[in-house]
This record gives sequence, C-alpha cells and structure tokens, in this order.
Amino acid sequence: MTLESLSSLERRKVVPELLQDRGDLLVVTGLGSPSYDAMAAGDNDANFYLWGGMGSSITIGLGLALAQPERPVLVLTGDGEMLMGMGALATAGAKHPRNLNIAVLDNERYGETGMQLTHTAHGVSLAELAKACNFDRTDIITEMEEIGPFRQQMQSTDAGLRFAQIKIKAENLEKVLPSRDGVHIKNRFRAHLGFQPL
Amino acid sequence: MNPDHPNAEWSAVMFDILRDAGIGLFTHVPDHGNDFLIALAMEHNDTRTLLLTSEEEGVAICAGADLVGKRAILCMQSSGVGNCPNYLSLAKGANFPILMMITMRGDYGEQNPWQYPMGEAVDSILETMGVLNFKVERRDELEKATLAAVDASGKGQKPAAIVLSQKFLGAKGF
Repeated sequence: MTLESLSSLERRKVVPELLQDRGDLLVVTGLGSPSYDAMAAGDNDANFYLWGGMGSSITIGLGLALAQPERPVLVLTGDGEMLMGMGALATAGAKHPRNLNIAVLDNERYGETGMQLTHTAHGVSLAELAKACNFDRTDIITEMEEIGPFRQQMQSTDAGLRFAQIKIKAENLEKVLPSRDGVHIKNRFRAHLGFQPL
Repeated sequence: MNPDHPNAEWSAVMFDILRDAGIGLFTHVPDHGNDFLIALAMEHNDTRTLLLTSEEEGVAICAGADLVGKRAILCMQSSGVGNCPNYLSLAKGANFPILMMITMRGDYGEQNPWQYPMGEAVDSILETMGVLNFKVERRDELEKATLAAVDASGKGQKPAAIVLSQKFLGAKGF
C-alpha cells in the first residue's frame, strides 16, 4: 500500500494525543525528532530518550517488554530510525510479546540531517512489513481521530503486538531537548521502576 | 541545488575527482556533510545514487559493483562506521577495495555527548578492519586525501576511507 501524499497530521499534536493519560506506559523514543516530540509533550521518568544508536529503539523496547510483561511499552520512533534496524521487526514478531507497541512517526524524511527523503517516500510500506512480521495489529494512521483507538489498545498488556505507521507532515520544528545525560535518564527510568543505582 | 550551501565548493571538487576516477555509484546514508556531494551525484549523467537504510548495505553493494568491474563509494556519518565491521570481512576476506567517505561527528567541537563513543572509535575500527584512513582537517588537504583514497582503492586494491573532521566541516550546534 503506497500513500500518494503526506497527511496533514502535525507531530506535536499527535504525540500529546498518543501519550495523554498514559498510565503505566513505558516509552522508548528513537533519536532525533521523536525524542523532542515526547519531551515537548511533557518530560516523564518513564521515558527513555535515545540520542544515538540509530536503529536500536525497537530492540530496546522489545527487551523492556519481555522483561516487564506487566507494563505496556511504546517505542516511539521515526521512519529513518526504524528503517536502519528493520530486522528488529522480525525479531519482535517472532518473539511476539503482547505488551509491545511500535508507533512510527513517518514524515518520509531524515529530519536530523537535512530532510532527505527516506524509503517510505519511494513506495516502501512499514505497516505492511510489520504485518508480514507477525504483528497482530498494523494501522496506517492519517487522521487525528484514529489516534485514540490506538492509544486505548496500546495501554493493554494483553492486546498483542501492535504497530502504527502515523503519516505526518514534513516540518522542521523548534527542538525541545531532553537531557543528553544518558546515565541520568537510565537511572531515573530504573528508579521509576523501583531499581536504585548501584 | 543551493549554490550557497556551506559545502558546495569542496563537494564539487571532491565530486570531480571521484567521477574522473570512474566512481559511478554513490551509496549513502544521509548526513549534512555529504548531502551536497550526493546532490551533485544525483544531478550528473555519469553517476547514480543509492539510498541505504543502514551503512553496512553499502559495503556489500560496493563489493558487488567491484565484482562486475564498476566503482562505487559508501558515504556516511562516522556513527555508521560502527554498523560496518562484519560486512568489512568482504574487504579483508576477498580483498574488495571498498571506498568510503566519512563525515565525522564526535570529534573537534562536538556538543552531543552521545556522538563521542562512535566518533572516538572510528580510527581504531578502520585500522582493525584494514581500511586506510585519509584524514581531512583543513581545506588544503581535501584534494590530496581524496586522490590518495581513490588511488589506494582503485590502483592499490586497498579498502580506503576519506575521513572529514569536524575541524574541517564545522560542528553542529543546538
């Protein structure tokens, strides 16, 4: 399935809608704009913001979901980051945790390096990939009203493996920077789950 | 293409050297440092570009091109060097003369602590995998380093990288 044109969804409206009333949700954000979007929606101890390791967000979320099956997990990333670790979709699909959600903010661009087009601008469907990788639910979201139903499912720990490709407008927004101190972010996240630093 | 792009002048010089050497395929993961070079390669009739999802794909594509007598280059940011070592077995195991153009993060003037781990590892990864390292820290080093890498890989049959420091490129601010 190829979408002819980008949707008019704005990422800074989509992400707060996705993260509102988040309850027990643990969130991993892919480097670049998804980290800034999550920060803009409100910093949270249960957010782990990536600033590097491009391609690793889904596998980090998979590790979390397997280790904490009683908490719902969201990986919030972008199309370029996800494409760099595409094999992670198959790894997640094969293991099939029922508490893992992946939401890809797809602007068909590499935002950090100058808005160069990604493969999703050239006919590649991430949602179809996820479907082929044994995901239970795969949505292509182009309207704000579709975020709510995805959010409700996302907060379940037994609704299956879920993937949403959220088509968004290509826009360069002011960066809302989370802490770049990875050790701080890690320890804060662990403390939120009741684990103290060594 | 924007002629006021900060990399326009040297990218054109580098592109001409690469094209003259018969490099016809520019594989790349986008970066600020290589985007004018890639735009030139997209525009010119002698050259084609190929967008990668992850840098190691470019190592294999360069090897495939070499198998059929063509020359290709892998253009990437330094963080992508970390994705390449296993595929660089092709360079060591079958002596494929892989050519790379690496734009540095995590060196001179870097402001993002997350860029340092890979920035600091580039030299040792290249050395470990047997890739010659031709550094550019000043504008007057660009032609020589590019020619040296092109000749080392094309004539010398050695894997080689042109490595552009942030001292030359400028560091990214926030």
